[in-house]
Parts: sequence; C-alpha cells; structure tokens
Amino acid sequence: MSEHPTRPEGAGQRLGKVRPAPEGFLSQDDIAAVKAGRRDFLRGSFSAAVAAMGAGAAGFSGLARAAEEGDSAILTLPPWSTSLGQGVAARPYGLPSQYEKGLIRRESPGLTRVSGSSVAFTPLQGLFGIITPSGLHFERHHQGWQDIDPSRHRLMINGSDPSMVKRPKVYTMDDILRMPPVSRIHFIECGANTGMEWGNVAVPTVQYSHGMLSCSEFTGVPLRWILEDCGADLKKGKYILAEGADGSSMTRTIPMELVLSDEVLVAYGQNGEMLRPENGYPLRLVVPGVQGVSWVKWLRRIEVGDQPYASKDEAVHYIDLMPNGQHRQYTSTQEAKSVITSPSGGQMLLDKGFYNVTGLAWSGRGKVKKVDVSFDGGINWKEARLEGPVHSKALSRFNIGWVWDGKPAILQSRVTDETGYVQPSYGQLRAVRGTKSIYHNNAIQSWKVAESGEVSNVQVL
Amino acid sequence: MSRFSKLACVALIGALGATSALAAGKGAAPAANPAFEGLGRAATPAEIRAWDIDVRPDFKGLPKGQGSVEQGQDVWEAKCATCHGTFGESNEVFTPIVGGTTADDIKTGHVKNLQPGSSFPQRTTLMKVATLSTLWDYINRAMPWTAPKSLKTDEVYAVLAYILNLGEIVPADFVLSDANIAEVQKRMPNRNGMTTDHGLWPGKGIGTGKPDVKAVACMSNCKTEVKIGSTLPDYAETAHGNLAEQNRTIGATRGKDINAAKGQPAAAAEKPSANAQAHQLAQASGCTACHGLTNKVVGPGFNEVAAKYKGKGDAEGKLVAKVKQGGAGVWGQIPMPPQSLKDEEIKSLVQWILSGAPAK
Ligand code: HEC
Ligand code: HEC
Repeated sequence: MSEHPTRPEGAGQRLGKVRPAPEGFLSQDDIAAVKAGRRDFLRGSFSAAVAAMGAGAAGFSGLARAAEEGDSAILTLPPWSTSLGQGVAARPYGLPSQYEKGLIRRESPGLTRVSGSSVAFTPLQGLFGIITPSGLHFERHHQGWQDIDPSRHRLMINGSDPSMVKRPKVYTMDDILRMPPVSRIHFIECGANTGMEWGNVAVPTVQYSHGMLSCSEFTGVPLRWILEDCGADLKKGKYILAEGADGSSMTRTIPMELVLSDEVLVAYGQNGEMLRPENGYPLRLVVPGVQGVSWVKWLRRIEVGDQPYASKDEAVHYIDLMPNGQHRQYTSTQEAKSVITSPSGGQMLLDKGFYNVTGLAWSGRGKVKKVDVSFDGGINWKEARLEGPVHSKALSRFNIGWVWDGKPAILQSRVTDETGYVQPSYGQLRAVRGTKSIYHNNAIQSWKVAESGEVSNVQVL
Repeated sequence: MSRFSKLACVALIGALGATSALAAGKGAAPAANPAFEGLGRAATPAEIRAWDIDVRPDFKGLPKGQGSVEQGQDVWEAKCATCHGTFGESNEVFTPIVGGTTADDIKTGHVKNLQPGSSFPQRTTLMKVATLSTLWDYINRAMPWTAPKSLKTDEVYAVLAYILNLGEIVPADFVLSDANIAEVQKRMPNRNGMTTDHGLWPGKGIGTGKPDVKAVACMSNCKTEVKIGSTLPDYAETAHGNLAEQNRTIGATRGKDINAAKGQPAAAAEKPSANAQAHQLAQASGCTACHGLTNKVVGPGFNEVAAKYKGKGDAEGKLVAKVKQGGAGVWGQIPMPPQSLKDEEIKSLVQWILSGAPAK
C-alpha cells in the first residue's frame, strides 16, 4: 500500500459538514503518511484532514450516526474499497480479524498458583451458535500440556486381570485412523465450572463464571468397537479406567453402561481438524454428559475392570463436600444448566430499545427440551426460541427478543431437559448441597441491568 | 524376529475372533463393518507391565516394596519440599498436603474439621482422601511435578510413609510396605468420609440414579419478591483486567471500561507495556511454572534473582548463558533444564528479570 488512492474532487468539503471522527477518516497508514510529510498525500486530502481534525472526537467510534448529508463511512470510501487486498495464503493457517483480539482464552487471576495446573476460560460473551472455535476451547491441565509426536503415540487396551480382556492390544494412530469413524457434537464442561460462585458472586463476566464450557464436533471411534476387537468382557467389566500419556497420566473411572451406549469415543478429530495439543492431540476420550476431567487427554490406555479406581482426581478432587461433612464421590454427570451470554456481566447496553437476549443451554442427561427467560428476577418467565437442531448432550443456543425501557432489570435463564429435570435456583441448590461443594454448580445465573446500562453479576436466591 | 511374527499371529487370530463380537454388537457399527482385521497387535507382557501402573483401593496393582519414614524424609527434602514445604504445609504451589487431622479422626475415620461449624480454613489432602491407594498411585505416576515417574518403587513407599508420619498416622520408626499398607488404610483419618448417595453417576454401579434437587418450571407470578443474595465485590471486578478489552467493539453491548470507572484514560491500558510483554513471554515459555515473580517455586523467585545480581555489570551475559544451558548449584541442588528460546527472547527475559520482573 505505497500509493494512496486518489479521492473524488470536492469530497473534502462535503466531509467537513458530516463531522467525521478523525479515526473514521484517516487510517493509521494515512496518519503515518501525514507525519512523514508525504506531499502527494497531503495534496489529495489536505482540506479533508483539516476539517476532520477540527471536528474533534465525534463520540463513540463505530457509533457514527448519519448527519445531514450522510455517514462518512459511506461518503468517504474506506481504504479497503479503494486498494488491493492481501493475496491468498498470506496467512496459511487463518487467524481471526485484528478487531477480534479481545476475545481470547483468559485465566482468572488468583484462582490457581501455577499455570501448569490451571484453567483458561472460553470467552462465551462473544461467541455465536453452539460450536466453540478450537483455538478458544477452554483449557484445564494438571501438569501442563504436551504436543505429542503422533507417530510415537500408542493406545493400549488391557484388563485389571487377564479374564477381563482376552487379547490385550496396542494400537498405533495409523490403526485408529483406519477404523470407521463417527462424528458427533457434544459439550464438555469442567465439573468445577461456576465453582467460584457457590458461596457468593466472585467474578465479573460470563467468561469467568461459565467459561469452562465448550462444544465441538468430535470425530473418533466408539470405544466399544475397540474393546470388542480385544475381546473384552463387557459384562464382568463394569468400569473402565482411562489413562493419559502426559506427566500427570490422568486417570478416571467411567461406567461401562456409557461405553455400551456407544457414546464414548476414542477421538482424534475436533471441528474438522485434528485435536489441538491443549485438548489432547493426538487422542482423547469423549465422554458425553460427564464432567471434562473424564475426557482423558493424550489417551494412552484403557483398562477394563470390576471396581472403581479412586484415582487422585476422584478421591482428593472432584469430590463434593456436603453440609454434613461427607464428600460425595464419583459425581460425574453434568446436570442441566443454562446461561445468558449476552447481555451478560461486565457489558454495557448502548441505549434503550430492542435487544436479542441470547445464551446457551445443555444437559448431561440428554437433549434440552426448553429454555425460559425472565427479565424481572424470576417472577415471570417467557419461553425462548431454541435454535435447532438440538443435539443430545450438546450446547443448544436460545434467543429471545427484549425491549429495554431503560429501567433496572434482572435477566435469568432456566432450562428443562428431556428427562423433565428443571435447572434450580441458588436457593434450591444450596438448600440441598450447601455452599462448599466446589463442583456441579448448575444454579440459575442472574445478570442485573442498571439504569446506566451496566450489566453486573448478582445472585438471586 | 520370531517373537514378533508369533505376536502378529496372535493378533490376527484375535482380529478374526472379533468378527463375531462386532457383528453381534448393538448394530451401531455399520452392518458392513468387518472386524478390525490387521489393526493393532497383541500387547507384550513387558509393555503391559510398563504402562499398567494403576493401584486400586483394594491394592490390586501395588508392586512389592518398602520404605521407612526416615528414608522418606530424605526423598521429601530433596524432591518435594521445594513445592510442598518441609512439612507438607506449603500453600505456594498447591494446597497443603498435611494438616487439619487429629488422633480422634484416626479413630472415627471422619475428619472433624470438615464437619459443620468448623472454622478450619483449608481442606488439606489428608483431610479429604479416604483411600491410601490413591496417594501411592498418584505419587508414583505424577510426582515430582516436574519429573513425574522418576521415583523408584521403594522411594514411593518411603515418601508416602513420611507424609503419613507428618499427619501422625504412622510413628517415626515406621516402615511402610505392601505387606502392611492395608493395616495403615484402617487408620486413614477420613476413611469413612465419602458417600455415593447421589444421582450423579451415569451408570448402575454407584449411587441412586436420581437427581437430588427438584425444581419446577413455574411461568408466572412465581414469587412475590426478588431476593438478591450477593453482588459483585469491587475488587473482583477490577481483578480481572479491563472488561472493555474482553468484549467485541461492535454489537449490542460493549465491555465495561474499568479504567474509565477508576477515572483513568482508557487508552492507557490498551497496549501491553514492555514489562507486561516480558511477563507474557515468561508465562508462555514455561518459566513461571518454576519461578514466581516474587516467590520461589522450584527455582528462585525472579525478585530474588534481581536482588542477588543488583549492581553486577556482567550479570546479564552470564544469566543469558545459564538460562540457555541450564544448570544447578547457585540456588540449590535442583537444576534448571536448558531453555530453548531465541537468543533475543532470552536476553529480553533476563533484562526484565534483572529489572525486578514487574508484572506490568
Ligand atoms: C515443582 C513443584 C512440585 C514438586 C517438586 C512436587 N510436587 Fe507434588 N504437586 C505439585 C502440584 C502443582 C500438584 C497439583 C497437581 C494437580 O493439579 O493435579 C501436586 C500434587 C501433589 C499431591 C496431591 C495433592 C492433592 O491434594 O491433590 C501429592 C500427594 C504430592 N503432590 C506429593 C508430592 C511428592 C511426594 C513429591 C516429591 C516426590 C512432590 N509432590 C513434588 C507440585 C509439586
Ligand atoms: C523446570 C524448572 C525451571 C524452568 C522451567 C525454568 N527455570 Fe530458571 N531456574 C530453575 C532452577 C532450579 C534454578 C536454580 C539453578 C541454580 O541453583 O543454579 C533456576 C535459575 C534461574 C535463574 C538464575 C540463574 C543463576 O545462576 O542465578 C534465572 C535468571 C532463570 N532461572 C531464568 C529462567 C527463565 C528466563 C526461564 C524460562 C525461559 C526459566 N528460568 C525456566 C528452574 C527452572
């Protein structure tokens, strides 16, 4: 872009009246050119530049309102309409626009002590539909993430004793990729999602309150087919143990019933490409409806056994402290939950008038049946529109129109799943489970809208 | 070679045998799906031994061996104490392992500090864990955190004996072994502290299968007043960075400008400072897994490094070389592994560290 495009004669004068914000008229390149004293540039645009500078800041950039003769975004052709764009494969692996850089995975400061055993949350506040872009899938590692050489990765199947699996086997990635695959859309949610909020409001935005949640199309082989290939005893083997190949060698017990339903996948594909290293490249277990820790990443081994294993992350963590001092062990299912993602905490409404209230609903027990939304803190509810198709154990997107009259409001969503289970309020959940459970907080989320348009996180009992 | 052809043969027979199994399956596999003939091979006994390291609550899988509290103390001090504290009490890298249990808990198998009304601030590992197998299995597979699976079997027994001694579960002259571990299990302070009386297990073997919380989907006039139980504390809003930069700049909403709320110009926070960039690089390069900005983790806190070399003109070059090559002895016996970064990145990191490693 060494040549500045010429502008139509007289454009400058008209622009002066429209009072465009300087940044709406001069691109960064233009400003640099002015500073560098490029005379050819100045000749073409001098009067316009002066007019623009004189106008001062015209308010919120991007909110330009058309004045008398029109909007400068229309009347002054922008550089992208008057120049040559970049060539193909300038970025061989595509990246989001530079204007989207705020929407990234983020840590919650102070939540954990070291980044190798920590969480990065998905920016739900800015996502559409139900699929989480792979680069924004939340991260939770216990001993850092690894980028495993797939040619050296192996999957072993064996039994807790020889009678459980007749033919213990080893598969390479070549073997697994030769098997017939299935592709399915499922949500994955960390058992500790919303865990910081059991006792009180603790975080400002939906990214931190609900962002240990993602949804992808996973491609892989139903585990049952592989177990059958090894001659596993699927009756005597009531449980499987899944084990990772990373430093933590994460282990988790999974009930054989889920494996027999063919829902549990040995997956390598995520949203059309291979899994990302942060999500278990080259192989992870997909355990629909169950908390994320069971979706063992960097999967290296499956053991078929007749007893649960009480691994560290099912005997020291991922256990839920009840008010009577007992810990619930082997709590795996993610019960039905929903959240409004926009407008949501930490956002500002621009003005009175129409808003599309949108959010996500999901259930670890099957399909979402309906989502109700309240604008008055749960006194009255309206059924929202569910975007189809609704998949089992996947995120569902809901939308509902709302005209904000400028008065305070409290927005809530409440899901009912196909089993008839209804998402509880904080009051209902705490009455049974207290406030120290850490895991499995699926309470109704409330966002308060103030007269200023500011949206903030509150808890309605 | 002959061993391998035999194995291949076993695998082949296996694959043939699987034909009928698959065909008899639930039918989710495409009907025309033949057995996975030619895929995979038999696992050798040595391979299974190498990977099948799990230990169950009934101690199935536990290898033979033993270790004393005294030997365990040596292992602990050399390989664990940097992160977990000399007495397992440290909260720097992870929650404390030891603390909060009593002799009475050992009798009852219920930890009093978990009961209602307790004001004990934390839940340590020994307060929670009911099964001793869990600790043996986990230390063996995952600790030390930066060098997992490096302990010998007897070292695992020994270091576990030491942890149990810190929790006053075994005496100082105790030798833990595969022969007596089941006896020690009977002294675990929270051994009776687990329940499976819940509906969150997606199978028949455990729990009730029924949800414990029952709500109804009332649609109108569901209550007479809206009780707000909690609102966002100010510190929590500002602790998460500028929300304006965490939202899209077009659409129905904008993120709240935290700086504007604090009376500072918004633009000030837009571009990360050189310090913030160096901090990010340190995080992205894994340095902060071992170094705190202001506290020791495995290696020294970066503030300690800055203090040590303050005023020493030749420090930069030396430290750049040290980070590149790794090494031990300056701060203790634990070595830093060589760090593979570009030279100019290491240089900028070292300059930042020597300037005191400010987060921003
Ligand atoms: C470099 C720091 C570091 C060192 C050294 C280290 N650990 Fe750890 N340890 C951790 C971290 C971090 C975790 C939590 C891992 C996770 O999140 O899964 C942990 C977890 C544990 C746990 C489980 C605690 C719980 O409540 O989940 C035990 C037991 C343990 N370590 C024992 C040891 C022993 C024994 C050694 C020495 C042989 C050791 N650690 C060395 C950092 C360390
Ligand atoms: C696996 C843990 C580990 C990692 C990762 C690590 N360090 Fe270190 N680092 C150490 C240890 C241990 C020491 C102390 C070495 C000694 O005593 O000589 C150390 C020492 C240092 C020192 C002081 C050296 C001296 O001789 O005084 C600097 C500077 C340093 N590290 C920078 C870095 C930087 C920059 C990174 C990331 C690129 C990094 N470290 C990553 C463990 C680590």
